[in-house]
Amino acid sequence: MDQTKQGQIKGNRRQNLGRLLKVVYRTSPSMLIISMISIIVSAGASVYGSLFIERLIDQYIAPLTRQSNPNFAPLLEAVLFMGGIFAIGVLAGYLFNVLMAILAQKVQFNIRNQMFTHMESLPISYFDQNNYGDIMSRYTNDIDTLMQMVSQSIPQFVNSGLSLLFVVVAMFSLSWQLTLFSFLVFGLSIGIVKFLTKKSSFYFKVQQEKLGQINGYDEEMLNGLKVIKVFSHEPQSKAGFDGFNEQLRQASGKANTYATILFPIMGNMGNLLYVLIAFLGGAVAINGWAPLTLGAIASFLQLSKSFSMPIAQISQQLNSIVLALAGAGRIFELLDQPSEVDNGDVIISKDEKVKGQWYWNVPEKDGQIKKVPIKGHIIFDHVNFSYVPDHPILHDININAKPGMKVALVGETGAGKTTISNMLNRFYEIDSGTITYDGIPISQIRKNDLRHSLSIVLQETHLFTGTVMDNIRFGKPDASDDEVYQAARLAHADEFIHELDHGYETVIDGDGSDLSQGQKQLLSIARAMIADEPVMILDEATSSIDTRTEKMVQAGMDNLLAGRTSFVIAHRLSTIVNSDLILVLDHGRIIERGNQQELLAQKGYYYELYTGKREIQ
Amino acid sequence: MINTLRKSIRQYKKMSFTSPVLVAIEVLIEMLIPYLVGILIDKGIMKGNMGYINKWGLILFIITLLSLATGAAASFVSAHAAAGFAANLRKDMFYHIQDFSFENIDKFSSASLVTRLTTDVTNVQNAYQMLIRIAVRAPLMLIFSVIMSFVISPRLALIFVILGPILIIGLFLIIKSAYPYFPRIFKGYDNLNQVVRENVRGIREVKTYVQEESQIEKAEESTGFIYRLFSTAQKIMSLNVPLLTFILDLSMLLISWFGAKEIVGGSLQTGQLVSMFSYSNSVLFSLNILAMIATQLVISNASGKRIADVLTEEPAIENPRKPLKEVTNGEIVFDHVNFKYEPGEKHLALDDINLRIRPGETIGIIGETGSSKSTLVSMIPRLYDATSGAVRVGGHNVKSYDLKTLRDNVAMVLQNNVLFSGTVKENLKWGNEDASDEQVIAAAKVAHADGFIREMPDGYDTMVEQGGNNVSGGQKQRITIARALLKNPKILILDDSTSAVDTNTEREIRLALRDDMPETTKIIISQRIVSIKDADRIIVMNHGKIEDIGTHDELMKKNELYRSIATYQDDQGK
Repeated sequence: MDQTKQGQIKGNRRQNLGRLLKVVYRTSPSMLIISMISIIVSAGASVYGSLFIERLIDQYIAPLTRQSNPNFAPLLEAVLFMGGIFAIGVLAGYLFNVLMAILAQKVQFNIRNQMFTHMESLPISYFDQNNYGDIMSRYTNDIDTLMQMVSQSIPQFVNSGLSLLFVVVAMFSLSWQLTLFSFLVFGLSIGIVKFLTKKSSFYFKVQQEKLGQINGYDEEMLNGLKVIKVFSHEPQSKAGFDGFNEQLRQASGKANTYATILFPIMGNMGNLLYVLIAFLGGAVAINGWAPLTLGAIASFLQLSKSFSMPIAQISQQLNSIVLALAGAGRIFELLDQPSEVDNGDVIISKDEKVKGQWYWNVPEKDGQIKKVPIKGHIIFDHVNFSYVPDHPILHDININAKPGMKVALVGETGAGKTTISNMLNRFYEIDSGTITYDGIPISQIRKNDLRHSLSIVLQETHLFTGTVMDNIRFGKPDASDDEVYQAARLAHADEFIHELDHGYETVIDGDGSDLSQGQKQLLSIARAMIADEPVMILDEATSSIDTRTEKMVQAGMDNLLAGRTSFVIAHRLSTIVNSDLILVLDHGRIIERGNQQELLAQKGYYYELYTGKREIQ
Repeated sequence: MINTLRKSIRQYKKMSFTSPVLVAIEVLIEMLIPYLVGILIDKGIMKGNMGYINKWGLILFIITLLSLATGAAASFVSAHAAAGFAANLRKDMFYHIQDFSFENIDKFSSASLVTRLTTDVTNVQNAYQMLIRIAVRAPLMLIFSVIMSFVISPRLALIFVILGPILIIGLFLIIKSAYPYFPRIFKGYDNLNQVVRENVRGIREVKTYVQEESQIEKAEESTGFIYRLFSTAQKIMSLNVPLLTFILDLSMLLISWFGAKEIVGGSLQTGQLVSMFSYSNSVLFSLNILAMIATQLVISNASGKRIADVLTEEPAIENPRKPLKEVTNGEIVFDHVNFKYEPGEKHLALDDINLRIRPGETIGIIGETGSSKSTLVSMIPRLYDATSGAVRVGGHNVKSYDLKTLRDNVAMVLQNNVLFSGTVKENLKWGNEDASDEQVIAAAKVAHADGFIREMPDGYDTMVEQGGNNVSGGQKQRITIARALLKNPKILILDDSTSAVDTNTEREIRLALRDDMPETTKIIISQRIVSIKDADRIIVMNHGKIEDIGTHDELMKKNELYRSIATYQDDQGK
């Protein structure tokens, strides 16, 4: 990694830290402030406790041993006073622990909601460009490390830092000579800690990498397990695994060694200091090189124990903070994605009483709103589009879909069929040209209204957790039960729904993995049926449906399309023969257009497809 | 569960035993230090005896170094033993999974197996490392500290005897009242994941139906549920630290008070008091660590169980004792074969199948989704074993063959076929590792794959991405057919393997197969009548039974189902 890049990462890290702290502070300023004060109080109380030993020995016990008739009253008073300080410390400790924990929960709650709300507003291109596991892990892994950081790392970091500071001050107040000596050991400790954490974080990174590799390998081999069995390829698969496994074992052993060795080393550095101070302190006191009381040595000994631990803790926390900041970076990256833009102001409304009746709300001069029925006339006029600048996907697309017309789009994968439908509902924005809907450019229509008035049945149907009923109602949330039944019947989905264990109340989970592709397709047709929109886009059925189911799906689709303007993306020609207009696409251009007979007469591309000379992939 | 997992320790047993021993030595020394420092203070410093200080100082210095060395060694040994144990666990699981039959595979989803191989193993690894190091250290420290404090002053040590149990009970109560929240919190997480996953995958649906707001509501319900439960649990867990501090502080005050009295009374020396403070820290800290270990172990327990589930899963199909190593010909016989996927199931997936297929014959199979077409052919390479009845290949029961021999001779192209990352050639060579380039190309030619492979950027050396995403559906099918052909099998089964290939190419592949491999028995499952029309015989499957067998013309005359499929497909113009 070159220097500028490294500098950049560090800069980003600092930025993310600042932003994160701001988020935490804004979530509840009072909680954060009270927590920080509590941390100071609690750290102070614990250091004060260590210093108490000196006073106990020098000011109370030593005089007491000299008294012939010992008076314990002052000692009792001191112990009670100390008890009071401790009580405050305990209280402060509870306060910051509980407040930071709750604060962390609040932060994660807010960030998750913010992230989800923002995600729903992102353009489709974001979902196309990002792998879904990657998006998911921001909601889980990244937020979890973040929460750990807020609830544990930050308070512990502050706590340890303060303890260290207090301890150093206290040590100085006891004996600057011994303190300076401690610093020698202290310097050595920091060096060791730095070395060890650097090593361990390096090997943890290697371990994560190896874990990722073995994960990918497992994923591939387990997904293809049936093929492996058919080819008796088990020995090769095992051999490949052994390689990754051994690498992971080595990295993991090293990473964990460096991580855990920190504790015995730091603990024993503490012990070493302890011994050296006892030895040195004794020598100083006896030889009278410096004024040093017995109590001071005892206190110093106690302090030296609480000297090395905070150093180890700080370095540990630093590690997890760096980790959390990487997660925070990924979260902020999502939150910073620009939302979809909607600058349309033309409103569409629906007459709930009359089936299939949608209106343009046209404002009149007198302030009244005139409702003009939607006809469903879609025109693409010289439309060009590219996902990436300079890599045009659609070239000069012209389509005139008159109300009620069935327009079919045919062509190979990547020819631009689905892209055309993405233009219509503004999942993507066109580069040039215009698309009009009853003469109104779609960019002027409110996006939600535009989408409300277009229905899409996608090639791959996604279902949502809930009952079958809920899933059909997705198309119209306020639909009555009767409306749902009716839509299902029209879509020919009613029959199989009745065969499910609980009929319409059957709960679907895991994206409907128990349903066949064809059944899901029927549900999605029912969904579109109930939404009852004037324009339809059908990204058509897959090839894995058997003939009987296909017949049913076809009947459902025919019911759905009756009387609507529709765009049908076809993989099987059987579904489009009766289209009013067939457009053959190749590399983003319309190369042939016409109805079935006209195209067959042309003996061109469509003819070759029809006669099986060409395959659609 | 522990007995199952324990078997995977193997070569790391020695290390696993060394670690506790080293830890014990470390703790012993560590515990001696405060005691010896106490002596140093009382006999050296208090008495002004420099010689004594020098002597004990040196001893202390040396044993501290020893403690450091043993502690570091324990870390090394425990980390490596745990990492090794984890590697063995992963290996045992992965190897075991490779021996799974299709029946076993169906039981576990591949996603859950991956989690078991990674996350669960890591959990167990961490727990194991803790078990052989900290879990030894904490109780030893506790015991030593208590003994040492009894040696110094039995009366002061009583303070620990009283406060220790209070701490334990307190910690226990905290864990006990917080613990039940966690399974519910994890459920909440699953829920949230589900909502996010659905929205990421189904974002087009959400946007099309403008359901963003209802989905946000759904997500906020999940996040709110997590927030409420987690906060409650955290509030309880937050008592942990103050409780520990409270007990520590209390013990310090009590030691101060009673210690002072004892010193004044002459039964205790100042240095010993200082030692007592050290031991009180050790006692209470080790109790706290024990409580933490207990919670950790509870968490990793679930992971351990999930691993043991995989390891104890019995492979449903195993190699026979004295396997036949040769398949003489491609004859296939089904003799009263019944099959059900799960023992308890009433519904038979295959219902009394009787069938005889001659070597070299071409058989087509057609039927609706769920009519058990794939199940029928799966019995031939013994992917599943018949529940009753017998399947014979080349005159012998499939159960008497060596599995590799059988599957090398029965090449099956699966419906959901996959390519693996690697070059096209490497993928093809799955069929036969020793195949020469000429053989590879010849097989690709028969499968009509040679042409498009040569047009790829690096020809046969083009890298296939994971899951084969850079080749189209039809190309993938042709590569997988070529891969199967390289086995030079006695029986070739194509399970709907040409659905994405155009009809002309498909016909040419069929003709090539007939000419190039006349002796090979060929079974073709298809949804399309055209693909099987020319077969010697066609089997019509219906609800797990053979409804009819015959040539295309015969079936057109006598079989209603066959005719209706054929007429419908004809109407559709294809």
